[in-house]
Amino acid sequence: MKGKPLVSIVSAGLSRFGKLEGLYAREIFAQAAKEAFDRCSNLDPKKDIKALFVGHMGESYEHQGHTGATMADWAGLLHVPATRTETACASSAAALRAGIFAVLSGLYDVVMVGGVEKMTHRTTPEVTEFLAMASDFPFEQWHGITFPGLYALMATAHMHKYGTTEEQLSMVAVKNHHNGFLNPKAHMQKEVTLEKALSSRVIAWPLKLYDCSLITDGASCLIITRPEMAKKYTDLPVHIIGSGQASDSIGIYERESLISLIAAEIAAKQAYEMAGVKPEDLDFAEVHDCFTIAEIIAYEDLGFCEAGEGGHLIKRGETKLDGRLPVNTSGGLKSKGHPVGATGTAQAYEIYLQLTEQAEKRQVKDAKIGLAHNVGGSGATAAVHIFRRE
Amino acid sequence: MSEQAPFTIEQFYKYIDQGKLKGGKCKKCGAIHLPPRPLCDKCFSKEFEWIEISQKGKLLTYTIIHVAPSQFQSIAPYAVGIVQLEKGLKIPGMIRGIEHEKIKIGMELTIDFDASIAPSQWPQWPRYYFRPA
Repeated sequence: MKGKPLVSIVSAGLSRFGKLEGLYAREIFAQAAKEAFDRCSNLDPKKDIKALFVGHMGESYEHQGHTGATMADWAGLLHVPATRTETACASSAAALRAGIFAVLSGLYDVVMVGGVEKMTHRTTPEVTEFLAMASDFPFEQWHGITFPGLYALMATAHMHKYGTTEEQLSMVAVKNHHNGFLNPKAHMQKEVTLEKALSSRVIAWPLKLYDCSLITDGASCLIITRPEMAKKYTDLPVHIIGSGQASDSIGIYERESLISLIAAEIAAKQAYEMAGVKPEDLDFAEVHDCFTIAEIIAYEDLGFCEAGEGGHLIKRGETKLDGRLPVNTSGGLKSKGHPVGATGTAQAYEIYLQLTEQAEKRQVKDAKIGLAHNVGGSGATAAVHIFRRE
Repeated sequence: MSEQAPFTIEQFYKYIDQGKLKGGKCKKCGAIHLPPRPLCDKCFSKEFEWIEISQKGKLLTYTIIHVAPSQFQSIAPYAVGIVQLEKGLKIPGMIRGIEHEKIKIGMELTIDFDASIAPSQWPQWPRYYFRPA
């Protein structure tokens, strides 16, 4: 079983990420769907695609729920069974898993999975409030703890225990902005200096503006099928060989650890075991850098380094584009942007590009195995997927 | 009253309103829940008793929130932290009565209670906070 493909990705699509003024979520999802259809000339979407699973976090943004059916219709897939999945910022990793289950069950041969979020038309306080809904209400939100605040609590604890520095946090931002600068679909395609990141205004000490991901509009999708059918659609499928997901207490105060995400550790263990892969076998990874501290904690949770070594890993440059293990080649949530519901399958989109050698200026040489790590909220959900090229 | 009171978050805040910090102790396995739960997550028992939790603890971690939600904007920047109480219990809350620069991990804090009027809409919960012991 180990390393055997669960499903294969035969196509993928990503809308432009950014402030997409005047566009509604369904119109943005249609952009992603169109790209996925155009990439795969052997696919007849109306005939072949049997179901849609779509991640979407919040109906507050557009006063619009019931996202599954809406996105199916706007993607030209009227009448397919369409279901929304919600696990906060990991909503589309959950959609991907729902798609994997649907294909593995034998019920459907070809399924579309994806995610969408339209956020930028709302004010920052409104978005802050909507995002906070993914954290505990009676003890965290009620006492004024924001989302950046929750990750700041983890950052302070990590700095205290391991000596991680604000400079190391800023280095994550500098690296990811460099990668995003090379990604034509990224929200913020510009380099940032360490000085600028370090001197940006405080959001929730020790996290500053450049430690936070972006409020972004965007959509992403994948078309997946049974591995034995993949060649019917493309010469270059990408195989998903490991999938894990776990949960934890909604309130971070109830968790065993404030300096690691146990759900991510469990999800990673499941995915590594299923794939028969070890951290050292990976060629690159997309991790959930909703805040810079989250990327440093991810290095440790995913076994890229020992606990407490995350700050040193970024400082030594090992996760840069030309490093030992490039992380967030897309620019990550930090620079590519974080339309929350779209993020999980947007990470998979980057991995699809890398493993089919379509990542252009940010292509990782000889990339064969990649990992995606998608976290919901402050870590009450985590999902990890491992991908292998044909 | 206390023996009969339901083991709910609503009831936890009613005790806070009386200046009491109380948790639920499972009668079967002894696990203590703060906040209380109606179902023991360790042994699935539904039998509990209320116990008083010591109002003193140590600061585990903290942050200073500068960009606040609308209802807290007038008091930003403000400090919040997670406090380690007795019996392995932890609870988050605001930290007041100390300059932000002087807040240190490991410092001793005590819980205190606002005498403010409860909000008119749901949730009608009072707020507790922490201050130096």
